[in-house]
Amino acid sequence: MKSKTKGKVLSQKELAPGIFDLKIETVLAQQARSGQFVGVYTRDASALLPRPISICEVSADKKSIRLVYRVAGKGTGEFSSLKEGDDVTLLGVLGNGYDIRKIADIKGDGTQTKALLLGGGIGIPPMLELAGELAAAGVKVVSVMGYRDDKTFLLDEFTKYSETYVATEDGSLGTKGNVLDAVREENLDFDVICACGPMPMLRAIKSFAGEKPAFISLEERMACGVGACLGCVVGTVREDHHSHVNNARICTDGPVFEASEVDI
Amino acid sequence: MIKTEVTIAGVTFKNPVMEGSGTFGSGMEYSEFVDLNRLGAVVTKGVANVPWPGNPTPRVCEVYGGMLNAIGLQNPGIEVFCERDLPFLEQFDTRVIVNVCGRSVSDYVEVAERLSEEKRVDMLEINVSCPNVKEGAIAFGTDKACLENITKEIKAHTRKPVIMKLTPNVTDIAEMARAAESGGADAISLINTITGMKIDIERRRFALANKTGGMSGPAIKPIAVRMVYQASHAVKIPVIGMGGIATGEDAIEFMMAGATAVSVGMMNFVNPYATVECAYGIEDYLTRHGIEDINEIIGCVG
Ligand SMILES: Cc1cc2nc3c(=O)[nH]c(=O)nc-3n(C[C@H](O)[C@H](O)[C@H](O)COP(=O)(O)OP(=O)(O)OC[C@H]3O[C@@H](n4cnc5c(N)ncnc54)[C@H](O)[C@@H]3O)c2cc1C
Ligand SMILES: Cc1cc2nc3c(=O)[nH]c(=O)nc-3n(C[C@H](O)[C@H](O)[C@H](O)COP(=O)(O)O)c2cc1C
Ligand code: FES
Repeated sequence: MKSKTKGKVLSQKELAPGIFDLKIETVLAQQARSGQFVGVYTRDASALLPRPISICEVSADKKSIRLVYRVAGKGTGEFSSLKEGDDVTLLGVLGNGYDIRKIADIKGDGTQTKALLLGGGIGIPPMLELAGELAAAGVKVVSVMGYRDDKTFLLDEFTKYSETYVATEDGSLGTKGNVLDAVREENLDFDVICACGPMPMLRAIKSFAGEKPAFISLEERMACGVGACLGCVVGTVREDHHSHVNNARICTDGPVFEASEVDI
Repeated sequence: MIKTEVTIAGVTFKNPVMEGSGTFGSGMEYSEFVDLNRLGAVVTKGVANVPWPGNPTPRVCEVYGGMLNAIGLQNPGIEVFCERDLPFLEQFDTRVIVNVCGRSVSDYVEVAERLSEEKRVDMLEINVSCPNVKEGAIAFGTDKACLENITKEIKAHTRKPVIMKLTPNVTDIAEMARAAESGGADAISLINTITGMKIDIERRRFALANKTGGMSGPAIKPIAVRMVYQASHAVKIPVIGMGGIATGEDAIEFMMAGATAVSVGMMNFVNPYATVECAYGIEDYLTRHGIEDINEIIGCVG
């Protein structure tokens, strides 16, 4: 069941310039999975719509969630001043999330799956919960995270679950270039790709994956977040069950899609 | 016992609270949050004779105290609607108002005829006021002769009561209300969204792919209250008021201006419980003021 509910801030810290790490105690944690997101409300009545932010991690006791976000405007600017004990209003849990069983069995022959997790910039946070869930399901995880420069965030945490590589645009750390440059440089092989990041990166990944399955997490401007307003659609290859006009709703049919199914 | 029942064109509603077409799907999505049985009616997303793909994205953006949308009336077409959405609504003890869109008079008539056969449909709401579709639609809503004519045509082809939904993007709303009435409308609803624009100054681009979009939300409420007042004074048929309604107090304000019923639109996105909270808020207000029948307050400001 989705709900709009109050959570309590457990902690907040700045991980890198403008990148914040917010832990919130909330009942939504009980159902939250990797790839899903919550809508975070501002206190500013002029900025009414909930801000979609991905689940970065769910605590082991299922009592709190962790959001890692970049200050991008009015809402996220306000969130960055939240302190321990503050109330924060959430809408959730939203979106389909990753299908861990499907990914773990993607080869269908019972042998271990090798999943390549690619995160670019603010697409990195949701990959952390995914890495944890896949590792727990017995999947061999290889993570490649791409940043602008050496002001990285969350990078060391991926090493708990995966073999981890890094790419930076300015070459200050790891491979110089983007995540696919790193995949090629390190000659990484895989059975399945999971990715989140800017659209040009996702397009490149879609073509790079070729015949192999790739699950990508999409972003779009949202209003309701629950599938009612039809604001957040993406073109689909096949006629979907809901719209019948090849327009899936990213907030409910996604945000995770099989790359070959969407027209990006 | 407070009476919250209202009647429009012979159809009784257990309370005056509905939701704005296009902000609630066909009720399915929000049935996770609210008990649809608590609503006076469910008003469905606009449906056409054939599926419409809608506009390119971005289709929505936030503005001060509201939002702009240019969905472009994406809908799966009347057949899917009748097979999937109507049976879903069958389970609930609430009225069903189906919002209809089209590009030509014959599009509207086709849908209206098709819906005449559906027992589960209590009323039709005709959207002649969508600002986001290039062809036709808005012209029906901004030209009084066109509006009167399309109202007549639809009335001639359906037995269901017809609500004409008016656009605020006109010079004289009273004139449009009268045109709908003389065309035979059983009721009118207003306001649809107000055409607006937002520019992303960092990227030097329009915020919406469609460039313009319809504005909704609390920021438009005073305009909506004024128009409901003017329209309800211009006609004898009932008026359904909407535009920025979030609470029971807002609903009462529209009813005092002359609305017989009200719709909650984009505020569903902000508070998915807004519709039922609105219904409770109305009861609260009536109790606090010792009013026994909600009909007493309709148009009470004169
Ligand atoms: C499914 C999903 C998951 C996301 N996960 C994360 C995350 O984990 N971490 C993170 O930092 N960011 C994430 N984003 C982007 C985040 O939603 C925006 O950065 C945020 O909404 C900006 O709000 P603002 O008020 O600070 O900016 P403003 O520019 O003031 O916002 C104005 C309006 O535009 C919307 N908006 C602005 N930028 C975006 C955007 N990129 N995507 C969608 N809506 C936007 C806002 O929600 C708001 O309605 C995600 C977006 C989506 C769709
Ligand atoms: C996302 C969105 C979609 C809408 N779609 C429709 C529609 O399909 N048909 C229609 O008649 N009105 C549509 N409307 C208009 C609303 O029903 C309502 O008239 C308007 O938004 C003003 O009310 P509000 O301020 O409470 O939202 C839509 C509004 C929004 C925000
Ligand atoms: S945001 Fe409303 S349908 Fe996705």
